[in-house]
Amino acid sequence: MRLTAITAAVALVAGAAFAETVAPDDVVYGEYGEVNASLTGAPGDADNGRMVFSTKSKGNCVSCHAVAQLPDVPFQGEVGPELTWTGEARSAEELRGIVANAKHTFEGTVMPAFYKTSGFIRPGDGYTGKAPKGDLPPILSAQDVEDVVAFLLTLKEE
Amino acid sequence: MKFKAMTAVAALLFAPAAFAGGADDDTLIVNGDIEMTTKAPAPAHLDGALDEIISGWHFRSDETQQLQTDDFENQGMIFVDQAMDIWDTAEGSEGKACSDCHADPADSMAGVAATYPKWNEDAGELRTVQMQVNDCRVNRMGADAWKYDATDAVSMEAMIASHSRGMPVDVAIDGPVAEAWEKGKEIYYTRYGQLELACASCHEENYGNYIRADHLSQGQINGFPTYRLKNAKLNGAHSRFKGCIRDTRAETFSPGSDEFIALELYVKSRGNGLSVEGPSVRN
Ligand code: HEC
Ligand code: HEC
Repeated sequence: MRLTAITAAVALVAGAAFAETVAPDDVVYGEYGEVNASLTGAPGDADNGRMVFSTKSKGNCVSCHAVAQLPDVPFQGEVGPELTWTGEARSAEELRGIVANAKHTFEGTVMPAFYKTSGFIRPGDGYTGKAPKGDLPPILSAQDVEDVVAFLLTLKEE
Repeated sequence: MKFKAMTAVAALLFAPAAFAGGADDDTLIVNGDIEMTTKAPAPAHLDGALDEIISGWHFRSDETQQLQTDDFENQGMIFVDQAMDIWDTAEGSEGKACSDCHADPADSMAGVAATYPKWNEDAGELRTVQMQVNDCRVNRMGADAWKYDATDAVSMEAMIASHSRGMPVDVAIDGPVAEAWEKGKEIYYTRYGQLELACASCHEENYGNYIRADHLSQGQINGFPTYRLKNAKLNGAHSRFKGCIRDTRAETFSPGSDEFIALELYVKSRGNGLSVEGPSVRN
């Protein structure tokens, strides 16, 4: 609850940045799938990113990735690589691209695209199994993506 | 300092889960009598995709596995008993029961679950066990068709399956069913939904891995219908397909749809060579 309130406050303060939010279809991917420009212009909040990473209704990244720095989160998955080290080896640009749409970086990967709204086969309305009623929102908001990237950058083995 | 200590503890905590991955080496014998083939060489049509096919039983905990070894512990058998009562009960305008035509299911139904879904020449259609049961109900008994995967329908399917336990799954994939089989295969490899995941993404590329608390199996249906501890009832294969597709944030297909009939044939054929286990027990 408190987290949400803080995030909302940040969004309000960063009103100017909000106007610059890059829409999912407008994200520019580089040759290796990296995304150079911030999606919001506002800095990422690693604490919120940690929540997004671990929460089922948000990124649920932990269903596929284990992270040693989250000892309080049970049942970490093993479908994707362990991410305990990403802050040492990956840049913000690379991580932003991987979270937004990992298919540009890893061809054919099973990792879902978290900031994408078109080009799906039989997309549903969340987990209802029904067709969506209107436009499909991305799984994560632009700021959630930036926050997850900020969290991944904190992950260092030392 | 504190951080380092935490990492070390975490590594210890996660190690067992990581090493527990993969199928175990246990042996499934039901009632001390029926020896199940739970691992087998993959059928030829899976060349390049899988070398070995493995029953979902191997990916469950020892406690869950145990429940399937004894019919008194297997709660799926309660539904089998209920279906046995229905088998003997006359219904519909013709005043007939299943037993009037098929006598003792231990004889008449042996082998059925191993070869369905199957082509029906007269009707010119691919039929699942549930479709065949409904055909008997409507056309021979003058009774109402059961809703797909409803309790009576899966219970009857489980009773029929129980008389093939231990026999190898052996569905035909060529001839008149070839078209449906290809359609099922296409569905299996299509990456549906906003998560863009195919059956193959989880059950072919990642079986043996944990996805959160779930240990991914090959998604075989040799054990269906299956009693799930999670919802405490018998579950049909189509309902399971529906749940899995829903979990990709997709618009699902319906139990009994042409898509799921085709998918049932295809998935069942991926298990050609494994024993029929239905009703199995899963979490
Ligand atoms: C359904 C499984 C799945 C989910 C959910 C998932 N990932 Fe991944 N992820 C993968 C796989 C598999 C790879 C490895 C890429 C490949 O080769 O396919 C990967 C790769 C990565 C990498 C790159 C590691 C490297 O080599 O640099 C990062 C970073 C990452 N994921 C972060 C995330 C974040 C953050 C989320 C949630 C917002 C997430 N993942 C959700 C499966 C998943
Ligand atoms: C996001 C991952 C995912 C996808 C995609 C997926 N499943 Fe599953 N499926 C699971 C999980 C988790 C389970 C429960 C653990 C297990 O048995 O593998 C499961 C279980 C099953 C089972 C039960 C196996 C048993 O022995 O009881 C079947 C059958 C199955 N899936 C078929 C399918 C089919 C067919 C598709 C595609 C239409 C599919 N699944 C897509 C995750 C997935």
